[in-house]
Amino acid sequence: MEPNTQILSTEDLRSQEYFLNMGPQHPATHGVLRLLLTMDGEIVKNIEPDLGYIHRGIEKMVEYDTYRQIIHVTDRLDYLSSHINNEAVALAIEKALEVEVSDRIKVIRTMMDELTRIASHLLWWGVMGMDIGALTTFMYAFRDREMINEIMEKTTGARLTMSYNIPGGVMFDLHPDFVKDVKAFIPHMRKVLPEYDRLLTGNIIFQRRMKGVGYLSAEDAVSHGASGPVARGSGVRCDIRKKAPYSAYDRVKFDEIIETGGDNLARYQVRMREMYESLNILEQLVDNIPEGPYQMPMRTLIKLPKGEFYQRVETARGEFGVFIVSDGKKNPYRVKFRSPGLSNLNALIQAGRGVKLADLVAIMSTFDFVIPDIDR
Amino acid sequence: MTAEELKNYLQTWDDSLEFIEEIPEDVALFAALEDVPSEWLNVEVPLSHFKGIMRHLKADEKTSFDYLFNMTGMDWGQELGVIYHLESTRHGHILVVRVRTADRENPEIPTVEDIWKTAHLHEREIFDLLGIRFTGHSNLKRIFLTPDFQGHPLRKDYEDDYMILRK
Amino acid sequence: MMNMLSINIFQNWLEQTHGIWYVLVLAGIAAIYLGFFAVAGLMLVYLERRVAGYFQLRLGPNRVGPWGLLQTIADALKLVSKEIFIPKMADKLLYKAGYYIVIIAALLALAVIPFARQIQALDFNVGLFFISAVSSVGVLGILIGAWGSRNKYSLIGAMRSGLQMISYELSAGFAIIAVVLMAGTLKMTGIVEAQKHTWFLFQGHLPAIIAFMIFLISGTAETNRVPFDLVEGESELGAGFHTEYSGMGFAFFFLAEFINMFIISALGATLFLGGWLAPFGITDGLPAQWLWGMIWFLLKVFVLIFLLMWFRWTFPRIRIDQLLTLEWKYLLPVGLVNTVIMAWIVWKDWLIHLG
Repeated sequence: MEPNTQILSTEDLRSQEYFLNMGPQHPATHGVLRLLLTMDGEIVKNIEPDLGYIHRGIEKMVEYDTYRQIIHVTDRLDYLSSHINNEAVALAIEKALEVEVSDRIKVIRTMMDELTRIASHLLWWGVMGMDIGALTTFMYAFRDREMINEIMEKTTGARLTMSYNIPGGVMFDLHPDFVKDVKAFIPHMRKVLPEYDRLLTGNIIFQRRMKGVGYLSAEDAVSHGASGPVARGSGVRCDIRKKAPYSAYDRVKFDEIIETGGDNLARYQVRMREMYESLNILEQLVDNIPEGPYQMPMRTLIKLPKGEFYQRVETARGEFGVFIVSDGKKNPYRVKFRSPGLSNLNALIQAGRGVKLADLVAIMSTFDFVIPDIDR
Repeated sequence: MTAEELKNYLQTWDDSLEFIEEIPEDVALFAALEDVPSEWLNVEVPLSHFKGIMRHLKADEKTSFDYLFNMTGMDWGQELGVIYHLESTRHGHILVVRVRTADRENPEIPTVEDIWKTAHLHEREIFDLLGIRFTGHSNLKRIFLTPDFQGHPLRKDYEDDYMILRK
Repeated sequence: MMNMLSINIFQNWLEQTHGIWYVLVLAGIAAIYLGFFAVAGLMLVYLERRVAGYFQLRLGPNRVGPWGLLQTIADALKLVSKEIFIPKMADKLLYKAGYYIVIIAALLALAVIPFARQIQALDFNVGLFFISAVSSVGVLGILIGAWGSRNKYSLIGAMRSGLQMISYELSAGFAIIAVVLMAGTLKMTGIVEAQKHTWFLFQGHLPAIIAFMIFLISGTAETNRVPFDLVEGESELGAGFHTEYSGMGFAFFFLAEFINMFIISALGATLFLGGWLAPFGITDGLPAQWLWGMIWFLLKVFVLIFLLMWFRWTFPRIRIDQLLTLEWKYLLPVGLVNTVIMAWIVWKDWLIHLG
């Protein structure tokens, strides 16, 4: 047999690109996100998201709801930040009606916000570890998240979709145990956060998997509309709590966490450090819950004046906005929920191009998507 | 800049804009909407000069609106349109821009995807739910609904006997 | 070659004995072996779940049987009763052959592992070579099973598996060679007997310890366990190569993984930790030496298995390029140099002999 003397060029050796269908049932997409990947071997060449697997048409639905009912729908957007979503709607309605709520309500809302944020970040930390193969993190995170859930349950009656805010206040007064529980929770959390660092952050494999992966520049982050820890990991100052303080955020001292790395590790560190900041905020408020009514007198059937009202809040995932267009009736004319997820997904397409499949999973978990928030 | 300063600054544009060749005398470049109560400055731009103005809003040093934080597709009954919420991360001011088209059958608005990349998915969403075509968009197709879905559900005249209960 | 050798032994043995009776005895031994390892595999699954529970602040299985001991047996029964599902587009022959090859390769390797002085199925002069040859057949099953599944995730997993096995077989080989240099034989019992005074881990100074660490790392990689579980990589690939398998097909892969873990640990215990030998000979004078041998051997194996489980429940997974970098840029050169140093030590007869 003739030996094959033809010299192969690198062009001939190139592998064939193929499509990989990631999702809607895939463990790393945390829900029903579907990504159509164009792959070259292990390398992701292009990402095309295919959304809508959990699209419920909430924006259409709420056009037929009264303003009090809208709040309960927002739980189902970003279910891990449900309290903050509720608050955005409540604040928008209060802004439209020019109702000034009592200090007690503001403080309660702020504390609940921060508890929600910690709970959300804890869940993120747990599944983040799972996404890169460290299975133990999940259980640690859930142990501590359980404490928050119990605090929530005592006061609001629900663990996840709380619907605690109503226009002009909160639904119930704080449970008598609330202060005691929060005071027990803060030192516990300060004790376990370093433990988390020992378990995962310091691990050499983890560091190698995170550093320099999924780079997103500050310009790209802004242009792609990224917000929250994703944008702050790229060095963009975008914390709504600082930019446009709502509730009691103007009276507490806290730092806006900025990391300039723009990679997975930066986004990871932003969330880890944010938990400390949330604890700081809780600590400042827990002893100073003012007396006062927990609900402001409001009409049962709320009618907003004609106009457009926008309220921005900072959820655990980024900037959440409620845009209400009212024509003076009992139902809104149009409601738009600005979800952090959809814009962050935009940034993922940028950050996830040209990485390995395993890295894409890691990047997705540092972007921390909640799919109902994207689909709405 | 505060809303008032922003408004004054934007009004100086009328004379010095070089990116629009000819502006018809009867078209105001910015119609500041006084009838919409809002904490931010609301302006409406004519569809014909929309793209140039949007590009300039980002490029201009004084405004530099680089962060498009919200895009809302609107159905005002007679007209369709889009409301853009713009923010400058450098200056911290916010501008609400709206553009509308009277054509309900084949509404077309130029894309801003090349100015703010975030518009890529948001425009697909608005196309999906309101049927506004964004001319120049790189991949304009339905995003949430199935490709064979009929109609655009967020329109006020959308009828669905099964899902929507008419009172 | 290997085949002929074992057939010869088998024939000679049969000729020397009384025919059918001994064939039955042989079959009985085989059945005991299979039964033992099926149970051992299940117990390892149970152990893994308990250890995982311990690491993860939870209890693990504790309802079926005393302390949940029967949990995995119940799970196995459930898996047996499940439909064996073959995807429509799958290559049926390859799909089915996959798990048989994997489980057979895993069980074959057990044949030469010495549990105690007389308790070993097959003790022949190239036992160590046999183990490393047979255990690398398993990857073939993974490859063709995944290829036959016609699933892209399976295929990615299989390709990773191929890469991983080919790479880490090398450094595992060098670690084993270091021991062979010290022992001067490939016979498993010979290796254990050579550690009569001192375990090889301590006999060979630093190079032996380095060899042991390389062996542990590449052993973890060969059994596809965290941090080298890219083959399954459940958060990336669903379940990797066994995505499309159900029922017993899946159970075979699962069991094979645990038997492989046992083999690697048993090999580590035999090569470096003195196999069945008691530390400092503390149980040497006692009766029932075979039992004491087994106890010591299984204890050492358990320690290594626990170590592997410890890795699994604390480490994140590494990436495919990091996996290859680790092997080709670090482990392999270190292993090579280590082997040369070890040869030098053996040549100069600098081995440590206590007692």
